[in-house]
Amino acid sequence: MGAGVCFVAFSVIRASFLKYFFLNLYVVLSLFADLLRQSILRFYGVESPQYSYAYYYTDCLLTIALFVAVISLASRVFAELRLAKYVRFVAVLLLLGTAGFSYAVVAQSSERLGTTFAVELSQNLYFVGLVLTYLLWGAVLKLQETRTRLVQMILSLGLYFSAYAGSYALLNLAPKYEVVQYLAPILGCFLPVSWALTIMRHTEDSRLTPARLVAVPR
Amino acid sequence: MMAAFILAFSLLTLLMFFVSYCRSLTASSLHMSISEDVRDVTGIQVRAAGRDYTRVMQILQLCPDRPEDRSGLQIVGAYFSFLNLLDQGFARISPAVRTWAEEERASCAHFAAVALGRRIALNREMLAQQVEL
Repeated sequence: MGAGVCFVAFSVIRASFLKYFFLNLYVVLSLFADLLRQSILRFYGVESPQYSYAYYYTDCLLTIALFVAVISLASRVFAELRLAKYVRFVAVLLLLGTAGFSYAVVAQSSERLGTTFAVELSQNLYFVGLVLTYLLWGAVLKLQETRTRLVQMILSLGLYFSAYAGSYALLNLAPKYEVVQYLAPILGCFLPVSWALTIMRHTEDSRLTPARLVAVPR
Repeated sequence: MMAAFILAFSLLTLLMFFVSYCRSLTASSLHMSISEDVRDVTGIQVRAAGRDYTRVMQILQLCPDRPEDRSGLQIVGAYFSFLNLLDQGFARISPAVRTWAEEERASCAHFAAVALGRRIALNREMLAQQVEL
């Protein structure tokens, strides 16, 4: 929670709040979600259906917010090519498509449609988010993007989506290895911490050498 | 089948994003030169090499902590351990991996040396403030 507050505070101090509005929005929403979950947990207890609903629906909302954050970064990367509006259009289509697919999957087999839909949508969005971030990273390398802040924020998102998508896939493959419950608190901290560090360390004018970014140089 | 594909893809992208993220961290310090103080203390001559990393980290722990450096150093430390594992595991199969891993370890050592330079400068400032008081 401290890292989230730190990120938003530094964004405001460094006049970057509006530049990274959707990233800030995600962090603010995650702070509110934490508060809501905590209060419901204290009031109803961890086994209650109220807590389950609150947990899975806030998680779903946060995943959608993160998806929007990826799109906002993609819009910035593609802004110079004047492709930003197409990126947004494709993103909306993808979001609706993922929601439709998730609904189709759970509608046939589930009695508790509400929470199962939220869980299914979250899991699918993590994977769609990962694919989008991967494509965005490809575009960053292709377009020789040098803005340090943008690059590090995209890479943090890539790490976050990969870890979540992988742990959910492992959960589906082998339910006894529930890595996600141990990973979630670490990852929950990682994203605001890495974004806060990026905002603190680098200015909007900081630049990187694109050749240094490729995992294995060609 | 689908879950296995997602797991494999996620693990590959996790590795790729981890390496690229660490490289973006070390790259941000590459344009900064290692200060004279750090050269004197660590014995680094011209460029930091991978073998300097452990010594630089030992000296770093003796200096007053700078919270803003902490997480960056932890992530680069994890990257350095990963490179050591890679070197031990694959270097015999492919010499190119060894060369690449050594270059990356040198970047990690440079990153740590630049952080050490900042800590020594902070130490000097604190000492100067105490003398003034």
